[in-house]
Amino acid sequence: MVGLFSKNFFVGFLVLILMALAPFFVTTHWVIILTEIIIMSLFAMSFNLLFGYTGLLSFGQAGFFGVGAYVSALTLTHLSSSFWVCLPVGIVGAMLFALVIGWFCVRLDEIYFAILTLGFGMMLFTLAHNWLSVTGGSDGLTIASMPVLSIFGHKIELFNPKFFYWVSLTVVSLGIIFLRQIVKSPFGLLLTATRENSQRVSFVGQNVRTVRLVAFTIAGSLAGMAGVLFALFNRIASPEMLHWSFSGKAVLMTILGGSSVFLGPAVGTAVFFVLEHFITSYTTNWMIFLGAILVILVLAFPQGVLGTLATFFSKLNGGRNSD
Amino acid sequence: MTETPLLEIKNLHKNFGKFQALKGVSLTVPNGRLTALIGPNGAGKTTFYNVVSGRYKPSSGHVYFCGEDVSGTATHKLVGMGLLRSFQITNIFPDLTVLENVLTPVIIHNGKSFSMLRSLKRRSDFKEQAEKILDMVGLAPFSNKVASTLAYGDKRLIEIAIVLARKPKLILLDEPTAGMNPEETDRIINLIKELAAKSGATFFITEHDMKVVFSIAERIFVLNQGTPLAEGTPDEIRSNQAVREAYLGGSLDAKGV
Ligand SMILES: Nc1ncnc2c1ncn2[C@@H]1O[C@H](COP(=O)(O)OP(=O)(O)O)[C@@H](O)[C@H]1O
Ligand SMILES: [Mg+2]
Repeated sequence: MVGLFSKNFFVGFLVLILMALAPFFVTTHWVIILTEIIIMSLFAMSFNLLFGYTGLLSFGQAGFFGVGAYVSALTLTHLSSSFWVCLPVGIVGAMLFALVIGWFCVRLDEIYFAILTLGFGMMLFTLAHNWLSVTGGSDGLTIASMPVLSIFGHKIELFNPKFFYWVSLTVVSLGIIFLRQIVKSPFGLLLTATRENSQRVSFVGQNVRTVRLVAFTIAGSLAGMAGVLFALFNRIASPEMLHWSFSGKAVLMTILGGSSVFLGPAVGTAVFFVLEHFITSYTTNWMIFLGAILVILVLAFPQGVLGTLATFFSKLNGGRNSD
Repeated sequence: MTETPLLEIKNLHKNFGKFQALKGVSLTVPNGRLTALIGPNGAGKTTFYNVVSGRYKPSSGHVYFCGEDVSGTATHKLVGMGLLRSFQITNIFPDLTVLENVLTPVIIHNGKSFSMLRSLKRRSDFKEQAEKILDMVGLAPFSNKVASTLAYGDKRLIEIAIVLARKPKLILLDEPTAGMNPEETDRIINLIKELAAKSGATFFITEHDMKVVFSIAERIFVLNQGTPLAEGTPDEIRSNQAVREAYLGGSLDAKGV
């Protein structure tokens, strides 16, 4: 057990180092694509805390992603130009929305839960789309100047794609480490137990709604964290970021990578964006090709790309997958 | 001062639409015993457990646990007070390991459901508590096996281990030997006897196998079509005419009792 843990830890560390060095070896164009992959990975992984770990299919995850985006854009225009303000305020904004919306949603489960999250997601979208005076309506809120980020008196140029990449990588890594800590904690086992058999969880004395609400709030906060970065990345917070189809992206990327493996959604995100990037550069009918490739991938990797590979290798080793 | 009974039921009714599954059940389960609830199929035994354990709300009547009126109280709160149950159809966490199945209630019992910043692996105290319980039911060798891969009888033992992890005052077991082969039945009956003697918990079990009931219960309640039919020691129940009739014209003898 301990050996496997240190192996995972080592692999994770190595991947992080490679990712940190990437901007020295790839073009700016690819640095930008990698930035988007990293940010969307956190979004997909926040979704999977609910889906893969807790057994709740949310179609409203983009709502909290969008709240993070809008709250940080509003903070930058009205409150403070500091990154150290706009990031936490965005996260707390998403957390509060998730807490209130979650309070209603966790009353039900399975498809009914999914419909409730979809409904709330649509409400948030409409709010962003129609509340012109605050959200800028369908135009969204443009971020005119990037926030100021200073570390120990050093000002970091967020306009520079490389620096923005490193900042995103740092923030997302912290988010992922936090998620890792959660799924390995006693609370993490309760999440899995709830997914497995929520009735048994209440029959050993734990209020299942509370477990689900806490998971929902954490997932919403982390989605909001990704949303803050995404707004800065695009220099805008726009209604599409809260649209239900954006929530659908989290579902797709998670299934693609594998919901039963911790990093599955991140791998799914990478596959999705790299495919999208290559296909759009060859054809304008990219949706057809992307759709076809996704169908093939899902058929070939029924447990997701990473999930299926992990199962395959653990069979080769004759052992149980440690993740 | 008289001792408050552990469980006291007063005039309990449960209706499903027009159908009356429980028609005024009153009974008292004293502390520290092995009591059984028997009755033909469809008598309402499982329904009775469902109401007592908070799965269903009673249509009318009262449930008192340790002297407190808990009628209609949420399941997780009843569990917190020490009332645990097993189900007629095994109810465990199939894709978790046997150890994790028991760790879950151990975590809840220690009030650490929302502990997130410490790794579960570092909680050797939880692991020890869980292993101790697995030892009690004889599942220690399967600790790291995925629960669904175990034999049927062992899965039922997992459920008992899960229940024990909450250190209950009262354990309701709904047909603990259902679907078991004779060997497995003997094993679980001996376990229940042993636990009833040692664990400090009171057992209240339903059972369709009369031989089993008469061999382990100190007190028996008989339920028939949602109504209490008789109550007494095994000997009293065995010689009760109404009970004999309820069981298809005296088939107690036919069942070798
Ligand atoms: N949820 C339910 N809805 C409707 N009828 C039910 C329900 N649960 C039990 N019943 C009915 O109540 C009666 C008693 O069932 P049950 O309590 O399962 O009996 P036992 O456990 O003694 O075999 C049966 O006729 C059964 O069909
Ligand atoms: Mg029954």
